[in-house]
Amino acid sequence: MTILLDKNTKVLVQGVGRDGSFQTIKSIEYGTNVVSCVHPNRKDQFFQEKIPFFGSVKEAVEKTGANAGVIYVPAPFAMDAIIEQIDADLDVCVCITEGIPIHDMMMIKNYIKNKKTKLIGPNCPGIISPKLNLKIGIIPGNICNPGNIGVVSRSGTLTYEAIAQISEIGMGQSTCVGIGGDPIHGLSYVDVLKMFEEDPETKAIVLIGEIGGTKEQSAAEYISNNVAKPVIFTIAGSTAPPGKRMGHAGAVINGKMGLASEKILALKKVGAYHAEDLSKIGETIKQIL
Amino acid sequence: MNIHEYQARNLLEKHNIKFPKGKVGSTPKEIYNIAKSFGGKVMVKAQIHSGGRGKAGGVKICNSPSEAKEFSKKIINTRLITNQTGPEGYLVEKMFVTEITNIKKELYLSLLIDPDSECPVFIASLHGGMDIEKTVESNQANIVKMNCDPLVGIKPYKLKQFVDKLNLPKEGNSQIVSLLNNIYKAFINNDCSLIEINPLVIDDNENLVPLDCKITIDDDALFRNEEILKLRDINQENIMETRAKDYDLAYVKLTGGNVGCMVNGAGLAMATMDITTKSGCYPANFLDVGGSTDKEKIKEAFRILISDQDVKYILINLFAGIAKADLISEGIVEANNELNNELPIIVSMRGTNSESGFEILKNSNLNLYVANNLGTVSKLLLELEKQNDNFIR
Repeated sequence: MTILLDKNTKVLVQGVGRDGSFQTIKSIEYGTNVVSCVHPNRKDQFFQEKIPFFGSVKEAVEKTGANAGVIYVPAPFAMDAIIEQIDADLDVCVCITEGIPIHDMMMIKNYIKNKKTKLIGPNCPGIISPKLNLKIGIIPGNICNPGNIGVVSRSGTLTYEAIAQISEIGMGQSTCVGIGGDPIHGLSYVDVLKMFEEDPETKAIVLIGEIGGTKEQSAAEYISNNVAKPVIFTIAGSTAPPGKRMGHAGAVINGKMGLASEKILALKKVGAYHAEDLSKIGETIKQIL
Repeated sequence: MNIHEYQARNLLEKHNIKFPKGKVGSTPKEIYNIAKSFGGKVMVKAQIHSGGRGKAGGVKICNSPSEAKEFSKKIINTRLITNQTGPEGYLVEKMFVTEITNIKKELYLSLLIDPDSECPVFIASLHGGMDIEKTVESNQANIVKMNCDPLVGIKPYKLKQFVDKLNLPKEGNSQIVSLLNNIYKAFINNDCSLIEINPLVIDDNENLVPLDCKITIDDDALFRNEEILKLRDINQENIMETRAKDYDLAYVKLTGGNVGCMVNGAGLAMATMDITTKSGCYPANFLDVGGSTDKEKIKEAFRILISDQDVKYILINLFAGIAKADLISEGIVEANNELNNELPIIVSMRGTNSESGFEILKNSNLNLYVANNLGTVSKLLLELEKQNDNFIR
């Protein structure tokens, strides 16, 4: 089994510019069932000569049965795209776009309450389930191996690094979820931890955190009462200076709780295994499994 | 983006928030004239993008226009160092002159986005002033909070509950309701991530008066706030960081290191700094070239690294997802040749098109050290550091 995606997942794409179309082609090559693209002015055209364009998400859903969406549109238009996918009742909406105003995300998070759609991201690499050859987003498929380890991370490139190390030690991934580097984002660590705990094919979980905010502490709290599977973690940014935004809008040390040392402490306390630096994730997994 | 106190005041005044009389000046003569027009006794405040100005000697009550002039002469065109600026401080080009308010009580008030509750939150403290950070840490009981649902705004019943907890005199009670409403409007209309009024005082007529304010605007929303973008003061920013920003690169200069890092992705860039430090070498910077990167960005990133005199080695760590490793490699080689760089370059590169990327690097004249994984990066760094030591001896 996998989380979030399954073999019935049909994907629609919003935003097929330079990056969006390259990544869509890569997703199709990997095995993802991309059924439609949405663009207000390209109705009746085809992406790669075979995937139909529709003028709205609603129409794409009606005509092609799409139940998941991915968004590559530029930040100023991303809120509209996310709301449109929520309104079309998609199961999953993955937003790759970086740099969405935080006020927009605030609105979206309050709007999405009690709706059907699960939002992943924004500012994230998406989801990949190697066993089904399924991915939504930009995680490179060739570094993955089907297996039993779930990966959840705020950072895209750190997700890749963790995946690569898991594959290098001869193991594999059940599902990998990048939840995004913005301070306000869709699914949280806790949401994804819950899914991994319930997923019979996930045997262990790799959690990758970074400085800023208190989301790793919330994850630790959840793990202590609800997660029996082993959790391996690493936290990036031990050497970052306070008060400076380290690329991700969410990676700023404002106050003690945002420090890497505080997060490491919180997760160690609940029995999670600490990979002391990024290069040690594979090694740490090997030791405990 | 940060703006100056006087600009923040202007912005709030447009939202019907009243401040004591005040005016900005940039020469001692101007400061003298403003003080004189305000009746002599005034407060003079250095305008920099940092807090802690009072303790650093950048704010003073002056009893006469000449005292105001002398004070500004001492401060204008110097760099003010506060506990928040770092050792370089910030250049003072303007000073703000305000009337004196007789203070009966100091409060603290701010509105910010709380990532945990995912909405704007008002925070007030019954004890405002210079040591607010300490108050927050040591005395949570004095802190009053109110979450605002961004979809419905703030509702009167909630405002009442919040205001009741502040125990203000009668006058202040009605004044704070309109103040909170106006701050909220300013916050939403201008994509603010922070509006802070500290101190908010009760004067000797029991009126509520905001004395100082700070506003931070969400960088990601500047595209739709052209008027605010005009308020940007690049003299308050690090030159290299500003240049990087123009190319959409996230760059932070770090002190004490000699490894110039170029990484794609914020998480990996942080982790690369951590690994470099753990191996006993130190990063000279944080540099994230971003997910969707192109040749021009890479070339500029390379220029920024080379122009940093601290940099002795370059460490390039890439995991290409949305970016393409071959394009990045082309950019590296072109920039390296343009700048005649001879510094050693350690490269670790994986992900999309990384094989063709490596081919491009290997077929160039780069002073190249290839790392197959992050463990090797540490070893190579140490080796280079050793060679360097030997060379110097």
